[in-house]
Amino acid sequence: MPEMNLVQAINHALAFEMERDDRVVVLGEDVGLNGGVFRVTEGLQARFGAERVVDTPLAESGIMGSAIGLAMAGMRPVPEIQFEGFLGPAYDQLVNHAARYRSRSRGAITIPMTVRVPVGGGIHAPELHSDSPEAIYAHHPGLKVVMPSTPSDAKGLLLAAIRDPDPVVYFEPKRVYRSFKEDVPEGDFEIEIGKAKVVSEGADVTVVTWGATVFQCLAAMDAMPEDVSVELIDLRSIYPWDMDCVIESVRKTGRCVVVHEAPKTCGFGAEVSSTIQEHCFLNLHAPVQRVTGFDTVMPYYKLELEYLPESPRIKGAVEQVLAY
Amino acid sequence: MTQLASKVESSKGSRPRLSDTLPDSTLLGWLHSMQLIREFETRCMQAYQGTKIGGFCHIYSGQEACAVGTIGCTNNDDPVILAYRDHGHALARGMSPRACMAEMFGKAAGCAKGKGGSMHMFDKPNSLYGGHGIVGAQTPLGAGLAFATRYEWEVLGTGTKKVTLCYLGDGAIDQGAFHEALNLASLYSLPVIYVIENNGYSMGTAIHRHSANSKRLTMRGEAYGITSIEIDGFDIRNVYDQFKPLVDECRDSQRPAFVDFKTYRYQGHSMSDPQKYRTKEEVDEWKQRDSIAALVSHLLHDRRCLTEAQWKAMQDEIAEVVRDSVEFAENAPVPEVGAELYSDVLVNPQPNMSPAGEYIHGAKNPLL
Ligand SMILES: Cc1ncc(C[n+]2csc(CCOP(=O)(O)OP(=O)(O)O)c2C)c(N)n1
Ligand SMILES: [Mg+2]
Repeated sequence: MPEMNLVQAINHALAFEMERDDRVVVLGEDVGLNGGVFRVTEGLQARFGAERVVDTPLAESGIMGSAIGLAMAGMRPVPEIQFEGFLGPAYDQLVNHAARYRSRSRGAITIPMTVRVPVGGGIHAPELHSDSPEAIYAHHPGLKVVMPSTPSDAKGLLLAAIRDPDPVVYFEPKRVYRSFKEDVPEGDFEIEIGKAKVVSEGADVTVVTWGATVFQCLAAMDAMPEDVSVELIDLRSIYPWDMDCVIESVRKTGRCVVVHEAPKTCGFGAEVSSTIQEHCFLNLHAPVQRVTGFDTVMPYYKLELEYLPESPRIKGAVEQVLAY
Repeated sequence: MTQLASKVESSKGSRPRLSDTLPDSTLLGWLHSMQLIREFETRCMQAYQGTKIGGFCHIYSGQEACAVGTIGCTNNDDPVILAYRDHGHALARGMSPRACMAEMFGKAAGCAKGKGGSMHMFDKPNSLYGGHGIVGAQTPLGAGLAFATRYEWEVLGTGTKKVTLCYLGDGAIDQGAFHEALNLASLYSLPVIYVIENNGYSMGTAIHRHSANSKRLTMRGEAYGITSIEIDGFDIRNVYDQFKPLVDECRDSQRPAFVDFKTYRYQGHSMSDPQKYRTKEEVDEWKQRDSIAALVSHLLHDRRCLTEAQWKAMQDEIAEVVRDSVEFAENAPVPEVGAELYSDVLVNPQPNMSPAGEYIHGAKNPLL
């Protein structure tokens, strides 16, 4: 199994699927000649040609809209939006059209499109280049939303997303892009959208997270005494999400901390926490805690780590629910 | 020679130039302003490489004649609104180099309290409505600013006739928002000039690869019934000669305009750009027509209002100003977490904002 970082794994998965299915096309700003802002599509244009790896004008609404058109006609478009903030100009097309076509056409027309979007903070970028809008898209019926945190998951989820008959917003945590390598399975494999991963099993407290904060949670666990047994769940899919996995875990541990980068109010942690109280009320030994970004605009880099849920805050919350 | 370079190579006519009627002090002021930007950007690159500046940093070097020349045609209360490559315009509009550099460094003394960085050059007292990280987003806002100035003048009777300058790059002209803005501006007769700094590239994509009919951008403005012209934006005297009458006309008629400025950026798109999309020769060709060098030569040899010694002294003085801004930025405090991380979102404090109000009052949240 070859070692890859997240960027390489996504590149590899794209190439794999383009090789397998010639209806897969990649389009976006600078994805071709330049290989993408984060070099995720590096080499794909040289390999598959400019008709399949298409450099577009700076026009997100046009990119998203034309990708939807491609998908309606049975293609498998994989548009790239360079940063999550630039989903703004594409929002109408994504939520008013991609998300609703199946419903609007009563199942006659589907949108098998995968929108790749770098997401999150921790790379010293400013607002619009550091945000975590996953809950916004999860809120729209008709969209699937995933956020892999490891190279292997990135490959498996990307293959599943491209093959999915419905639109998938595929968020790529920038902070993880080149942070580590791991063995990525060769050949064809999918990770089912909607399935979480238990990163480490534990008995005392469940920590639920996704994206780059998986690694902050692991760091927090490292800093805790040996006898604290944490069950860490990487949701991987934000919508549909693996309620069963979380519910089962919290029924066992009786305590839960949810961690995400997005602002607290209406963040996806609110959904997780609410679901837990619906299903695990009698199992809970402490209120569910959320460790999140704040209800403020992502600040420039000097304050970035104050905003992001870094490991000391996570550790504090775990201790708090344990001591409750 | 590249298409762009040859096209705009020389626009010297035989008619007397409008800029020739200006006093020496005005042209010396332009030189000062352009050199200030060049020096500032050079020091920004150094600071970025020294990891003093984080995030993104889009260098304006090469395009100085555009910002200085166009802003030089306006009054200080004419609104200016910018794209994200915005340090040059901020300095040209009179922002203190210290406030500008401190913002780059993410320090509390910065023009956006060090919470924004390179793309957040706001200076309300100088009618500067900031940079915009969403490419093209500023273009309808420019129409709105012009709507407001016209309303103040015409309906409220409280203002004079103003002209708004709205800057954008050649990449931004492809955004849908820009087309909506052009239509609004023409339909409502709004005094806004869309200043397109056409440096030939949208990030790594050359204009003929990203925009249809790219040799005739002015047709886009004309399609909406807007006066649209091309200007060689690499020669500041030429910028003034052609842009000043346009500003005057827009002010007088309270109508919009569209200008395709041919220009060039010397540095990469941002600080991490391998620049595979262009050749060194192309960059060098443009550098041979450098706007600062050309103006210096004019002032030394044609106007004879500057000596080599004076030019040297001006460069030294500017280097000192910029060095001082770096030192100031280095020593300035970072924004205070308790006060600044949570402020300026809404009128503060908001009782139910996360984290709860205690933060703003300085108490520690147990989870932090
Ligand atoms: C909506 C949006 N899409 C994409 C980007 C990323 N981006 C930033 S600048 C840029 C190119 C802009 O080119 P141009 O307008 O010509 O300005 P220049 O860099 O030449 O000054 C791109 C693609 C962005 N900031 N906003
Ligand atoms: Mg450009």
